[in-house]
Amino acid sequence: MIGRLTEGIRPRTLIILAALLAFFIVAPLFASDYLLTMLILIFYFAYTGQSWNIMMGFAGQLSLGHALYVGLGAYAAAALFVHFGMAPWLGLAVAVPISAAAGAFIGFLAFRFRVAGVYFAVLTIAVAEFTRIGFDHLQWTGASAGLFLPVAQYAHNDLWTLRGHPAMFYYVLLAATAFAFIACRAMLQSRMGYFWLAIREDEEAARSAGIDTFRYKMLAVVISAAMTSFAGVIYAFYYNNLFPEQVFNISQSILIILAPMVGGLGTLFGPILGAFVIETVAEAMRTLLQWFGVDLPGTNQLFFGVVLLFVVLAVPEGVWPWLSKRMGLMEREP
Amino acid sequence: MPVDIYLNVIVGGVLTGLVYGLMALGLSVIFGVMRVVNFAHGEMMTIAMYIAVALFSTFHLDPLVMLVPIAAVLFAFGYVLQAGLINNFITRPEYSQFLLLIAIAIIIVNTLLILFGPDSQNVQVSYAYDSFQLGPLIVDATKLHAGLTAVMVAVGLFAFFRLTRLGTAIRACADNYTGALVVGLDVKQLYALTFGIGAACVGAAGCMLLLIFDVTPSIGPAYTLLAFVIVIIGGMGSMPGAIVGGVLIGLTEAIAGLLFTPSAKSMFVFAILVLVLLARPQGILRSA
Amino acid sequence: MSALLAVAGVTKRFRGLIAVDRVTFEVPAGGIFAVIGPNGAGKTTLFNMIAGVFRPDSGTIDFAGEQIAGLSPDRICRRGISRTFQIVRPFPALKVEDNVTIGALLHRKSVPDARAHAREVLRRLDLYGKREQRASALTLPDRKRLEVARALATDPKLLLLDEVMAGLRPTETDRMVRILKELNDEGRLTILLIEHVMRAVMALATHVLVMHHGAAISEGSPGEVVRDPAVIDSYLGAETVV
Repeated sequence: MIGRLTEGIRPRTLIILAALLAFFIVAPLFASDYLLTMLILIFYFAYTGQSWNIMMGFAGQLSLGHALYVGLGAYAAAALFVHFGMAPWLGLAVAVPISAAAGAFIGFLAFRFRVAGVYFAVLTIAVAEFTRIGFDHLQWTGASAGLFLPVAQYAHNDLWTLRGHPAMFYYVLLAATAFAFIACRAMLQSRMGYFWLAIREDEEAARSAGIDTFRYKMLAVVISAAMTSFAGVIYAFYYNNLFPEQVFNISQSILIILAPMVGGLGTLFGPILGAFVIETVAEAMRTLLQWFGVDLPGTNQLFFGVVLLFVVLAVPEGVWPWLSKRMGLMEREP
Repeated sequence: MPVDIYLNVIVGGVLTGLVYGLMALGLSVIFGVMRVVNFAHGEMMTIAMYIAVALFSTFHLDPLVMLVPIAAVLFAFGYVLQAGLINNFITRPEYSQFLLLIAIAIIIVNTLLILFGPDSQNVQVSYAYDSFQLGPLIVDATKLHAGLTAVMVAVGLFAFFRLTRLGTAIRACADNYTGALVVGLDVKQLYALTFGIGAACVGAAGCMLLLIFDVTPSIGPAYTLLAFVIVIIGGMGSMPGAIVGGVLIGLTEAIAGLLFTPSAKSMFVFAILVLVLLARPQGILRSA
Repeated sequence: MSALLAVAGVTKRFRGLIAVDRVTFEVPAGGIFAVIGPNGAGKTTLFNMIAGVFRPDSGTIDFAGEQIAGLSPDRICRRGISRTFQIVRPFPALKVEDNVTIGALLHRKSVPDARAHAREVLRRLDLYGKREQRASALTLPDRKRLEVARALATDPKLLLLDEVMAGLRPTETDRMVRILKELNDEGRLTILLIEHVMRAVMALATHVLVMHHGAAISEGSPGEVVRDPAVIDSYLGAETVV
């Protein structure tokens, strides 16, 4: 298993990978609170991007509504904690199946009734929006007024109830990203991974090669939704407050998509690298504007849009394929 | 509840729906001709709405009077956008186009935010609170003006595509790209024109909608989604479909707002979308 | 020889237009059966019904003694009928070897096993040297053979080939003919092919069906068929001497 996981990766890449991991493990010892907050955001989007990438990058199914799975995971775990004092790791056992079921619902409707491409994308947004409005009216979770968790005690870290210092969340997200990376590679090398790529490339040809496309597309949606749900649980316990308007927002879905798109769709490193690029650029903008004393709402986001435009025009395949070509690093051809 | 309340709400819904239809028409025309999904559609509409707000607050110019110049500005914007940026992406995969248009949408939203601030704005035209009484029916003047103007613009557009040489040429591009190239049509130019027309449509719709709703910089994505839902319900690329879909959605919103709570009206819109996707994925007015 | 595939009275209409009209034939196990006919004769529609893309309006299709009409393409492939497309459709961004491995994974659970099988198939189709290239980088003759390789990797009992010779130069055609003959001889693979290139049909087919306007107008050995006046009139033209 280990042998196959590392097959085709150059030793050079493996060394860089190990060094990076070691670096990020010790990073919180040196990082300021500001930098730590930024790293948490980076790994949050790296992880959600990896989860989304399974659906679009591997199996070719464009979801524009991944905020749905974040939101369901966040609300399920948070509500169980608030109402019954259930620890988030137990809450996961409820949150993940709920998101997976939502993914299965969308997948079943779409794939049985041949809803594909742009239509599928709009269906995913529509279900997310539908759920957002539903939660706006659901009293059990505080409706539009929001759901609040007891504020974290920074004095000591309680990993079991996820109450504590941001560094704890950092490590959880770092572990999740590393896990997702290995899981994605293992999946890509499996029978299922090959079938996903076939479906992404040409669904009709895949069917003619005997692939049960319905089944494998369903697997992609359900796995992606379940993985995204975990990010939602972390989101809830990190921010301690949830508003349907925020968690389920379309802009959340788009933020999730940006990292893998900018980093390189369908690649393993793309979502992680993309999250770094995006957050670094956004933070650099913020700092730069502060430095110049510009304090208009939107300026930061505007520059962000301009940078995104630049990336789309300059490196349309994404930053990772471009970078790996130049640095002579190898990843299995997508 | 007395019957006439229902009637009033239905008429109001239909009139608003006609404006929605015009907005969606722009999206439909763009998709129908060049197979590009304009993910910045609602954002483009907010540009028009803010131009109208600015003109009204400084010169007291009625948005409906300013409709033609504002539509012309949006036309130019759309034309330049297509010729300068989007045209290079015509043959790229869908997600690549999507990313480009998302970038454009982010730039539009935040430019408006910087220029106009985050608060919602509207126009208080002289007839803002007027209404017409037709028997038991009471119709808001703003909605009536907006709805009728939408019909006029839509009819004008149908005529353009059916009756003029240019309109026919654009339809030829839509039907058969290679064929259009072979008979010597300047497809690039026609594509830019089409995007301009789509932008002008949504710009005109923005002027009308401003009479009915407030505008904020962040409202764009919601209208993009609404336009999408309408186009899918009516049938991607079908012009009458967009209008029919718009009216259906306007009606749904109005009735749902009356029977339940106005904040939940979009749930019914999405429910209709799901039903249409399942029953007729190609839309109401398109043959399979 | 018993029939591997038995098509009986199969009919398909599109908006009232009859594309395939009560076609009946049997493909014996181990044979190479060719369907020929002018463009628009309904050959590809017939193929698509056997491969599960369309459901016939009437008639039956039996494969290895079981009714398969109306099954989905993936089910039919899993039962042992594999096909190629008239306009080739390899998985463009994937490597040649991965294209074929995907086919080989149909009846193999293990990826290394599938890859080993894929390499074997690639060798038979003279593509082994190009296994690391992206499918989109191949020339047309190579892509045609890649399609055959992917179909073959699924271990079919019956291979459906939709104009695999079209667009090939004579040397390439001969290479394909040789490969198909070998597969048929050694592998006891039954082949049903649609073909325009008469040179290939004459060299390969043990049996020929001629279609015209959706109907079967002649059937027999290649030699018989080309001398059939009905066939000469409607398709081959009087000047064709094979």
